[in-house]
Amino acid sequence: MTNTLDQIFVLLKHWIIGFLPVWLQPIVAALLSVVAILAVFPGLFAISVLLERKGLGRMQNRIGPNRVGPLGVLQPVADGIKALIKEDVIPYSADHVVHFLAPVMLVVVVFMGYAVLPMGRNMTFVPMDAGLLFYFAMGASAELTVFMAGWSSRNKYSLLGAMRAVAQMISYEVPLLMSSVVIVMMTGSLSLDKIVEVQNQYTWGLPHWFVFTPMGFAAFVMFAIAATAETNRSPFDLPEGESELVAGYFTEYSGFKFAEFFLGEYVAMLSISGLGATLFLGGWSAPLAILNVVPSWFWFFAKIMTWICFYIWMRGTFPRLRQDQLMNFAWKFVLPMTLLNLLVAGLWRFMGEGFLRWVVCSAILLSAYIIGGRIGMRSKKFGPRSYRYAE
Amino acid sequence: MLGEGLLKGLAETARNFAGSFVSKERLTTVQYPEERHPLPEASRNFPFLVYDGADWEAGLRCVACQICEKECPPKCIYIEKSKDKKPDYAGKLQIYPTQFDIDISVCMSCQICVEVCPFEAIKMDNEFELATDDRFGGLLQDRKQLAKPNEYYHKIHPTEAAEVDARLAEEKAKVEEKARAAAVAAAAKAAAAAPKPAEGAQPQ
Repeated sequence: MTNTLDQIFVLLKHWIIGFLPVWLQPIVAALLSVVAILAVFPGLFAISVLLERKGLGRMQNRIGPNRVGPLGVLQPVADGIKALIKEDVIPYSADHVVHFLAPVMLVVVVFMGYAVLPMGRNMTFVPMDAGLLFYFAMGASAELTVFMAGWSSRNKYSLLGAMRAVAQMISYEVPLLMSSVVIVMMTGSLSLDKIVEVQNQYTWGLPHWFVFTPMGFAAFVMFAIAATAETNRSPFDLPEGESELVAGYFTEYSGFKFAEFFLGEYVAMLSISGLGATLFLGGWSAPLAILNVVPSWFWFFAKIMTWICFYIWMRGTFPRLRQDQLMNFAWKFVLPMTLLNLLVAGLWRFMGEGFLRWVVCSAILLSAYIIGGRIGMRSKKFGPRSYRYAE
Repeated sequence: MLGEGLLKGLAETARNFAGSFVSKERLTTVQYPEERHPLPEASRNFPFLVYDGADWEAGLRCVACQICEKECPPKCIYIEKSKDKKPDYAGKLQIYPTQFDIDISVCMSCQICVEVCPFEAIKMDNEFELATDDRFGGLLQDRKQLAKPNEYYHKIHPTEAAEVDARLAEEKAKVEEKARAAAVAAAAKAAAAAPKPAEGAQPQ
């Protein structure tokens, strides 16, 4: 019974393609998976937008949207209709082709990332050996589309936003990759399925998630920071800082193209949460051995949504960083920490089984964090801003 | 330690998030169309025409003097005088406006019309929900739409309306006094004039 429920989507797919001739089966199977991804994640996007608006409202002691439908649950539908019926304005001096291609490419690239994410037991669309590599290749392409949008708009705000976005995304791509490499070192595989399989073991009913190891935890924190910056989320939302750049790189977009950027941003957020959950939080594996009766895909989506809620919480709390603070943080704190983390991961591997490696690795990371934080805090760069010209 | 402030901030927003569900003082939102704050007495928006009594057409205080029309900075008032006359609040015969239009899409609520009106006929309303889907007709209000009873004026601006009423009563009393004095004087004159022929006849 549990197994049937766990595999229900896989069985459903097999049942549907069973009606078709053999030569058509692989194509239809692929199409079905694509349709499922294209249906589920925009749905989650709608839910997370609603959660965000309601949650942020509550954090600011407001009610949030509550007019459309009971408690405002139909707000995303209303937003979607609004975006669809708006006029699609293309600036006269914009590069029309690139201006059109940018949002389309963003959505395509962002959805491509889902191909390698294991969303449940046997529920990876393309079980690729180099899945992690593929994912990061797709993630890096998103930067290109952002710059395409900013450059083709011929608007200084767009261009400034795109410049910031590229600088920020490239800076944080490095710690993002470096923190994931720790997991690759621990599992010896780039395949996301393999990574989940390794974590799907239990000792005394507790899972072997990488977040429960010293360098896994450090990598998890670093990954979360870098992922926030990668998806241009607050407090790293400089590329689209409303107060200074109108809307950043998608200032000149309206109507459905704007909605595409919005969708791309949230779907990228969901996908990087999925990757984070896969790498550090055991993907689709249950948090306790006895909870394995609950279907694996439920755990995957529960982890994604938890991550999203944390994103919303952060957005409601932190003010936006300044550009130099952002860069200093990436290059002077996060990157050295991830490099040290790689060393610690190697040390962990060679110290062998036992209690000692826990103590040593934790001590190294903790002291590095404290010392790094002290140095960072002491330097003028993180201090209060001095207004040299605007006094 | 690095990150301490971040955790403190997260705790603060979490407290606000949870608090907004349990404590009523935190949620200060007034959900407008259903609930609303009472308007302060001094709130004012577009002008309206005051009338006394039950019949709006007969009771209009406006005498079509056209001062407001001339003083209106954006020129949003249009008045047409009547050919005949009707009695005003003091019983004096006055002309009245056959047409009195205010284009509230032009009106800037400056209250100059109210200040220049010598007859206390135009006052400021506090009605602000005047949005309409008819851009031209819906925003041009004629005298029927503008006419509102004195009781309404008392309801929205009680202090001011009481002052106005006192002043009008005083003026009415003055007018009546004057009329009575005039009547008395006329009677005296008549009385004085009446014996005159007799006096004049006496020497004859």
